[in-house]
Amino acid sequence: MIKLEKLSKVFSENKVINNVTTEFEKGKVTSIIGPNGAGKSTLLSMASRLVNKDNGFVYINGKEISDWDNKDLAKKLAVLRQSNNVTMRFTVREMVSFGRFPYSQGKLTKDDLAVINNALKYLDLIKIQNKYLDQLSGGQRQLAYIAMVIAQDTDSIFLDEPLNNLDIKHSLQIMRNIQKLAHEMNKAVVVVIHDINFAACYSDVIIALKKGEIIASGKVKDVIQADVLESIYETPFNIVEVNGKRMCTYY
Amino acid sequence: MRDNSKLIVLLIISFIFIGLFIGLGLTADNYQYFLSRRIPKVLAIVLAGIAIAQSSLAFQTITNNRILTPSIMGFDSLYLLIQVIIVVAFGRFSALILNDYINFALSVVIMMGFSLLLFAFYFRGEKQNLIGLLLLGVILGQLFSNVSSFFIMLMDPNNFAVVQSNMFASFNNINVDLVYLSTPLLILVVLDLYRMHRQLDVFWLDKDNAISLGVDVQKVTMRVLVLSATLIAISTALIGPIMFFGLLVTNLTRELFSTYQHKVLLIACSLLSIAALLSGEWIVENLFNFSTTLSIVINFIGGVYFLSMLLRNKVN
Repeated sequence: MIKLEKLSKVFSENKVINNVTTEFEKGKVTSIIGPNGAGKSTLLSMASRLVNKDNGFVYINGKEISDWDNKDLAKKLAVLRQSNNVTMRFTVREMVSFGRFPYSQGKLTKDDLAVINNALKYLDLIKIQNKYLDQLSGGQRQLAYIAMVIAQDTDSIFLDEPLNNLDIKHSLQIMRNIQKLAHEMNKAVVVVIHDINFAACYSDVIIALKKGEIIASGKVKDVIQADVLESIYETPFNIVEVNGKRMCTYY
Repeated sequence: MRDNSKLIVLLIISFIFIGLFIGLGLTADNYQYFLSRRIPKVLAIVLAGIAIAQSSLAFQTITNNRILTPSIMGFDSLYLLIQVIIVVAFGRFSALILNDYINFALSVVIMMGFSLLLFAFYFRGEKQNLIGLLLLGVILGQLFSNVSSFFIMLMDPNNFAVVQSNMFASFNNINVDLVYLSTPLLILVVLDLYRMHRQLDVFWLDKDNAISLGVDVQKVTMRVLVLSATLIAISTALIGPIMFFGLLVTNLTRELFSTYQHKVLLIACSLLSIAALLSGEWIVENLFNFSTTLSIVINFIGGVYFLSMLLRNKVN
């Protein structure tokens, strides 16, 4: 369980995040949506200590984030950014093994190997486990990174635009797995996402940001409303319901 | 060939050249004199080789790129500048020059200060500014060497003679005291780096990923910078500056060894560096009869390699 309280961030007098209070629940997929520059990634980075906050508090299991020991926190919270600048050639398996670093500091035990195998199996990566990441497609690479996060075995998982540059098939595969992580493994999964329809179909809770403030937050049917989305994106919206799922058309 | 066998081959090559340097032409009559001259020289080459290799490798890991080395960042020129300023300010008979211990300690402290300055610059903003760091280092390095040249122009010839030995890489006027002084220090630094090898492995991933995995990126970066500064001080004090050598050995190591583990890379890089320095110096002495110097050969090969890397766009 993660609580954000009155969180703020200022970049050169520009309030990127302004007084945001919210929480991310276990067992649920929380999507953060909003236009470019709304502060989605900044919010996620502050909640996961990648970026220092200027004001406010982040409570993880009731303890403020700055009071946590780095190594212990790595067993509770994993975060994956949208661009991964990896300068070394790794196989999928080596990459996933890094997920065990918080537990064994690089010296893999039998238990670690079992967790790594499970993570590979979970995302169906066993067949390509010995391939190098640069030989894979963007979607497979993204799955390998997510497998690393799964191997880290944390209660909370933050993903910053996991669907960036992926085709429909891989996007679906990744969103289904994200949903499985929350519902089957009872993790708090938070994703920053641009595609509103993916957010509408696969999230339990949606948080809509605009100019650093929360405009709407709650269940999918509360946020995916024409008037709410129109005020956020400043574009006319049309909401249709297909098979019980809300879809937005805005073309 | 597997990584382990490659390590053994490098080890054997190093030992062959150590044997050649120390043993050739040794007789029962001359061994005392020859050994007293040759052992410090070989030891200096070995120490400097390890120092250059490990500092460059660790520096490249923490900055996440393949072309930055402490030498390119101006550490070598800073060492020379320190020596020049001491001679200009206090004269060549000052204890700061004559006493190796004091001189060395002072140089190490100033260079650590410089590395902390770079550290502060690197972590100043929200995003780590690698290009800015590179520019700052290159410009400061140029500044240091220009200030040195300025003072060297003004110097009287006797003072110049003292500084001169620090200006070029040389294996023939090794300072014996310094060799024995820096051996324990080098061992300490190398052990400390080795202890961090698993954390350094995580640095191959993005900084954000490393933080997510619980590595204290700032702390490790600072420690590596300070250790690198010490290593460069050791190698420059022992044999002088060899600008492109670190770049050359780290990248050759990466091409020869297919592993990401610093456990292997640190050792491999050191052995490769020792083998290259020893064999190179052997060729210069025995095939070219001292008509060229090793540093010229290395800077030539290294410079060409540097350009080819830039052209092949393998900067990251």
